[in-house]
Amino acid sequence: MQRFLFIRIVQSFFTLLVLSVVVFFGAEQTGDLALVLSTADTTQEELEELREKLGLNKPAYQRYLAWAGKAVRGDLGDSGTKRRPVWDMLLERVPATLQLAGAGLLVAMAMGIPLGIIAALYRNSYIDRLCKMFAIVGMSAPQFWVAIMLIMLFAAQWQLLPAFGKGGLDHYILPAFSISLFIMAGFMRLTRSSMLEVLDSEFVKFARIKGLNERVVIYKHALKNAIIPVLTFGGVSFAGLLNGSIVVEVVFAWPGIGLLMLGGIRERDVNVILATVLTSGLLYIVLSTIVDLLYAYVDPRIRYG
Amino acid sequence: MATVDAEAVLNEKKSFGAKVSDMRKKSKELKMPWFPIAVLVILVVCALFAPFVAPHDPKDLDVLKGVAKLGPFESAENILGVDRLGRDMLSRLVYGARISAFISLVSLAFGAIVGTAIGIASGYFGGKTDAFIMRCCDAVMGFPTILLALIIVAIQGGAGIQNVIIAIMATVWARFARQIRGEVLTLKERDFVVMAVVAGVRPHVIMYRHIFPNVVNTVLIIVSLLVGQTILLEASLSFLGVGVPPGTSAWGIMVSEGRDNLVDLWWLSLLPGLCITIVVICMNLFGDWLRDTLDPKLRRT
Repeated sequence: MQRFLFIRIVQSFFTLLVLSVVVFFGAEQTGDLALVLSTADTTQEELEELREKLGLNKPAYQRYLAWAGKAVRGDLGDSGTKRRPVWDMLLERVPATLQLAGAGLLVAMAMGIPLGIIAALYRNSYIDRLCKMFAIVGMSAPQFWVAIMLIMLFAAQWQLLPAFGKGGLDHYILPAFSISLFIMAGFMRLTRSSMLEVLDSEFVKFARIKGLNERVVIYKHALKNAIIPVLTFGGVSFAGLLNGSIVVEVVFAWPGIGLLMLGGIRERDVNVILATVLTSGLLYIVLSTIVDLLYAYVDPRIRYG
Repeated sequence: MATVDAEAVLNEKKSFGAKVSDMRKKSKELKMPWFPIAVLVILVVCALFAPFVAPHDPKDLDVLKGVAKLGPFESAENILGVDRLGRDMLSRLVYGARISAFISLVSLAFGAIVGTAIGIASGYFGGKTDAFIMRCCDAVMGFPTILLALIIVAIQGGAGIQNVIIAIMATVWARFARQIRGEVLTLKERDFVVMAVVAGVRPHVIMYRHIFPNVVNTVLIIVSLLVGQTILLEASLSFLGVGVPPGTSAWGIMVSEGRDNLVDLWWLSLLPGLCITIVVICMNLFGDWLRDTLDPKLRRT
């Protein structure tokens, strides 16, 4: 286990290193911050002065090393256009993204798992077919469009819920639902197939022969065993959640890391792009490592050498 | 010659009606998904012949109509209504189909070529390179696709058709490489490959002439399974403003344009999003069917 963790940490260090080098030199090539900050009447001398001040006249590798040296000490530099330390901006944004992703996961499980159980219990009925159709649409409809349609109905037409921004609990409903739709479909299909498999097994038949209450058979015997693969899917679905969070944050003007990254890309703000890309990468690596460790905890057959 | 004659004899014996009923029987056995196929045919026709299918030029402005807020089914001239600037919605949607189909097919084709080449080489040579490439594949496949595509777009400096194609390529190649490499591992143990090696055929000839034809089927299946996801990815990037240049009649951009007028111009966002959803659903159903028919072994992909 310790060796596994050690290898994972070394691997993620290299991943982040490669990511930072590629993004730094890529973003460098395409955007000149001095030009972005300049106005129409900026003279050539002022431009040079600005470059000097921002340190843009040094060769790229020197600037990368300077940036990396500061970054490992926790200083990610200032945002070029906002004139604020990037670190402060990250501290504001990361919790918002995690809250949204967490709420999305919660909604997906709270709706996907019961629907999957119902679909398995009433197999091939209308309700099962309806669930299947819902899953197909959930996997195929673009999240940004679903989000906009929800705003159109619930915020613009009926004015029941707020359309954008972060605030009280009602601000979470629409974003969490739109972000959850994709993985909700996954939860539903997986719960259904897992339940069907377990319901067909010997120990469930035996429980029924014993004359146990159908409710006890389903919830105590079948569900407990069927839920394990479903829970592991919850871990895998983080990639889907992070994916959705970028788009959904933009639609709902949710002050998360995706919105920050997109702003950075539009304004060619290298420090912001670097920080957000690395944070998202780190977030993803940390979460998937935790999930891997949880697998080993839930299923003792898994050993990481 | 003999086979041609035999066919000619068969054709002579059967009447046209009998042939049609034969085809019907066969298509019933195959369980052809007719609805998805019909939608895809419409998509392809729209993409190829957009100027002839579209009733108007999608760039034609008509401010008066725009001010009148002409909605769907309100006039015979603009069946699906017009947008804020008076551009015909139906024509814009048809041209949007062209952009969607073009970008997803081109990027998938390049991704398939690159991924298949890497997969074949990786599986054939094996060793440390293989292990390294497979780790890269794992990293690419696990990473959130929109995030990865955004990073690629950021490196290249923003929106543009070429940049989107490269970004999508970067996310799809790994799926080809992974699957193909697994098949090559078993293929290279087969007699015809081993004999070719013994006969002294050079590695690149073996890979191209002996191994590649055996994985073409798989490549086609993966392409059909990925088209839906690719269309979604392209639309998402366009929606975020880092895909196709703004102002183009791409579906993702049209959804984004409609955001400001959700109450009185509801069709602006609804229709293009509906197009994306229907096309992606049909593509997914068609891909599933193709996989089940051609190669049931691939069920887990």
